[in-house]
Amino acid sequence: MTEQKPGALDLLRGLGKGLATTARTLATPAHTRQYPHVEPDLPERSHGVIALLEENCTSCMLCARECPDWCIYIDSHKETLEPTTEGGRARQHNVLDRFDIDFSLCMYCGICIEVCPFDALFWAPDFAYAEGDIRNLLHDKPKLGTWMERVPESALPESAAPESAVPEAGAAGSTAPQAGAAVPEADE
Amino acid sequence: MELPLTLEIILKAVVVLAAFLTLPLAIGQTEHKVMAHMQGRLGPMEAGPHGIAQLVADGIKFVQKEDVTPAAADRWVFRLAPAVALIPYLIALAVIPWSAAWVAADVPASLLFVLAVTSVGIFGTLMAGWGSGNKYSLVGGMRAGAQLVSYELPMVLAAASVAMAAGTLSLTGIAQAWSWWWLVWQLPGALVFLVAAVAELQRVPFDSPLADSEVVFGPYTEYTGLRFAFFLLAEYAGIVVMSLLFTVLFLGGWAGPWSDTLGPVWTLLKATLVAILILWLRIAWPRVREDQLQRLAWMVLVPLALVQLALTGVGVVVWG
Repeated sequence: MTEQKPGALDLLRGLGKGLATTARTLATPAHTRQYPHVEPDLPERSHGVIALLEENCTSCMLCARECPDWCIYIDSHKETLEPTTEGGRARQHNVLDRFDIDFSLCMYCGICIEVCPFDALFWAPDFAYAEGDIRNLLHDKPKLGTWMERVPESALPESAAPESAVPEAGAAGSTAPQAGAAVPEADE
Repeated sequence: MELPLTLEIILKAVVVLAAFLTLPLAIGQTEHKVMAHMQGRLGPMEAGPHGIAQLVADGIKFVQKEDVTPAAADRWVFRLAPAVALIPYLIALAVIPWSAAWVAADVPASLLFVLAVTSVGIFGTLMAGWGSGNKYSLVGGMRAGAQLVSYELPMVLAAASVAMAAGTLSLTGIAQAWSWWWLVWQLPGALVFLVAAVAELQRVPFDSPLADSEVVFGPYTEYTGLRFAFFLLAEYAGIVVMSLLFTVLFLGGWAGPWSDTLGPVWTLLKATLVAILILWLRIAWPRVREDQLQRLAWMVLVPLALVQLALTGVGVVVWG
């Protein structure tokens, strides 16, 4: 018996520590939150689900192309705006027909949100959107829009504050499709 | 009121059976809750208020499971084993006194009877280990057998010390002879008995027969459904019996203020504290290795029990 071994006293001290630690934990209230009965207290910018602010989308397809597992589906068509002034030029803009995210494929990497140049995609804190059938996880743009409700104010760009939040921006919001469409033209 | 003998026997049997069916569940529920809170959890919360009916739900689940007997099993040995493990504790419970009057069957040498009967329970484990036709079961069963051989001796020696001090083998007599300074006088014996009892119950830290990381679940590996539940029930019934036995032998049983009327309450209270201590050890301590387990039994507990026996002998001669 030449190997270094803890003595009997060390052993008893260790056992005592085990008892003391568990007793202390017993006396401390547990931190468990009873989830289905009590809603979790999430940080407002937690990454729950991807929400779409439709009026900011220009159908530029960047999100769909960057998506690692191709779970974003976009269809759009062009519409022509007649010139508003005499001798003006007719303008074209994209109208979004379909914007679906298949959450059965989405891996919540958030690249689409990062890559969107027009602040149309946001992280929303909602998380309880499980479905009984995997096919029902393909969500369309009205559904994606409902999640905008819980996107915190601080995550929104100033120009895109929701109508209910800032009354002044509400007026701008109603004309947002045109405003959004105007941006790429400035680029051209 | 004088009852006819047969009616009295039947009534007592029913009461013991009721206690046998409820107390282990109470211990199990306590274990669920105490362990959870010691680990910073809440434990069962959904089955009834604060999960009070969790074990009933578990029982219903076990009943619904298929009763599988492996093809390689020794059929009758395998099927009989849970009963052999469970019933000895029922019999032991019948002779353990709750107070001078509250004892279902007052046997003259009840201490001997309890120790003998509880030792039979280990045969259930051995039969399960042998009969399962599974190497892990066999290894676990052999471990259980080795453990019983080692820990039965210090346990009997510690119990003998108390019997010597009281001058009787009757549990009722021992508890009546008890007085508070036995707490000091019989302390080494009490510690030896407690450790040996935990080892005999095959509970942590002496659960190497069931060590899941080594032998799956030892002798119980192949069991399913109700038979598996019986083994679990036997474990908790064992805790009940050992806690009561410890209370009667070393803590004076029903001794306490107003013991004439509150006697059984004192017994229950003390036994509950002992049971919680046994649960606590499981939560706080790691498992002892097989060789450490044997070393502890033969090099610490047996000498300590012998010292206690000598101490008791001297005490009895000097004061008695």
